Amino acid sequence: MGIKVSAGERCFRILNIVGMILFCICAIYPFLYLLTRSLSPSEASLVKIGLLPERIVFDNYWRVLKNPAIGAGFKNSIIRTCVGSAVNVAGAILGAYPLSKKYFPNRNFWTAFVVVTMFFGGGLIPSYVLVKQLGLMNSMWAMILPGSISTYNMIIMRNFFMSVPESLEEAARIDGANDFKILWRVILPISKPILMTVLLWSLVGHWNAWFDCLIYITHPSKQVLQVVLRRIVMEGAAQMLNPNSYDFADNKIVNPENIKAATIMVATIPIIMVYPFLQKHFVKGILVGSLKG
Amino acid sequence: MKTTTAERWHSKNKALLFVLDCSRNLRMYRKHKYLVLMFVPVVMYYLVFCYGPMYGITIAFKDYSFSKGILGSDWIGFDNFKRLFAAPSFREVFRNTLILSFYKLATGFPATIAFAILLNELQQIRFKKVVQTISYLPHFLSWVILGGMFIQLLSPSSGPINQLLSLIGMKPIYFLGDVKWFRFTLVITSLWKGVGWGSIIYLAAIAGIDTQLYEAAIIDGARKFKQIIHITIPSLAPVITIMLIFSVGSIINDDFDQIFNLYNEAVYSVGDVISTYNYRIGLIQNEYGYSTALGLFKNLISVSLILLTNFLAKKYNDYGIW
Repeated sequence: MGIKVSAGERCFRILNIVGMILFCICAIYPFLYLLTRSLSPSEASLVKIGLLPERIVFDNYWRVLKNPAIGAGFKNSIIRTCVGSAVNVAGAILGAYPLSKKYFPNRNFWTAFVVVTMFFGGGLIPSYVLVKQLGLMNSMWAMILPGSISTYNMIIMRNFFMSVPESLEEAARIDGANDFKILWRVILPISKPILMTVLLWSLVGHWNAWFDCLIYITHPSKQVLQVVLRRIVMEGAAQMLNPNSYDFADNKIVNPENIKAATIMVATIPIIMVYPFLQKHFVKGILVGSLKG
Repeated sequence: MKTTTAERWHSKNKALLFVLDCSRNLRMYRKHKYLVLMFVPVVMYYLVFCYGPMYGITIAFKDYSFSKGILGSDWIGFDNFKRLFAAPSFREVFRNTLILSFYKLATGFPATIAFAILLNELQQIRFKKVVQTISYLPHFLSWVILGGMFIQLLSPSSGPINQLLSLIGMKPIYFLGDVKWFRFTLVITSLWKGVGWGSIIYLAAIAGIDTQLYEAAIIDGARKFKQIIHITIPSLAPVITIMLIFSVGSIINDDFDQIFNLYNEAVYSVGDVISTYNYRIGLIQNEYGYSTALGLFKNLISVSLILLTNFLAKKYNDYGIW
């Protein structure tokens, strides 16, 4: 080190590190607490739960996974996430590509036509009435169609397409390709970063979405995991926690708080598993989005 | 003279020109038929799911009944709005929304910037990465999950936070059920979720600062603190200004997900905001007209704020959202 570090600065650095460690503890503690709780045996006293479980048991997780509502919720969430994200990406591409072309007729009008909806919308009740009138209540499509195009994602994708050199398109056109072929064979293969970003945004958005399901899907067996979780954890649906309502082979006392913790962990783990991947692409995405288009 | 003749001709034959224009447009649409084919489903989507509900706003001016539908329901003018503005509960949620937004802005905004600056000062790259990774995590979880987590964590009987408080001899605090503590809890949990993620944009801006500035400052003998005050913060000023303008612009937008998953009847007086109130009035009590009127009112404020802040942002440094 050529430059000497003054005492004050060293002090600042140490304090900064300590502060950051404290911050990390604060950020991580809630998850650790729930993990401990979910792995604790039922008879562990509520008040004594420290950082580590007295002994690790998987009873709570078994109970949660045996709960038919959780299984159905998981299934519905996965279907919704996959179908919904595919629709989102396709919708964004279909809108972004024509709008990225300077020669698209009335391009400015159509751009305004979509952008207006980012700032003004019907609101809760008109949207609800619409879904009801379309007969989508209790259908998975009620959670997919109303949000099938995110204008924001579409505009970001349009900006990316606009940065693709025109010569690529012209070369393909000379070879006799039409717009569909150009999009599929030329544009999309070189747009993987933006497609990835939009896909991940959609995946996380659908996995975490719950409000549309809460209002449009009244049938319990069709609800997504987040709503099932809400029912169990917040509305404290007693019958879902009561061991007597399930056919448990064992006859132990069940600690509802531990079951709740396990339920929350079950919904969190999928996100944590894909998190390193998500983080990388999301950070790229937010920076793409913040640039002037 | 020529131009005036042409002008006269133009004004006489406006209709003809319009038809010519349309036919040219039609030709253009036919020429790019594949692009148009692609765009048709997009237009359909926007017409049905975005402009459709906009038509539904007429519910705000009607005495809506299910059996009659939107078209068939009777017009009642501004009655819903009159009821809305007369209702004490409306004034309460309006005030709560603004107060909560202000608290969140006043804490979250500086905290995010400070976090980014401090993070940037970490010398150990690997440690910095770890802190970043941890701090972004809550952003990816829904408020349903986080709500369930905080309910357990803050429970007055069994939650660890209250156990800690009792260890140092304090009475348990009902964070989510006490009107004195609920807003505090909302602000802290919102900070906890958003600080890491919000710092990304500032970190990117800091990374863009010319390192020569710091080198020069070091040669001039400027200490770290002085470098932060005189280089980092001034360099961030444009980003900070823009972010501040847009944050102020969204002050009417509350965090429905957060509040809906944390609140309960005991704290309505301090924690009920426009969106949660709108949900209860509209979909629990089925007051469609009243609820739509509230939604429209909020939407109009929101649009005016966006237009205003965008104007300000453009004026400040031609960085607008469009």
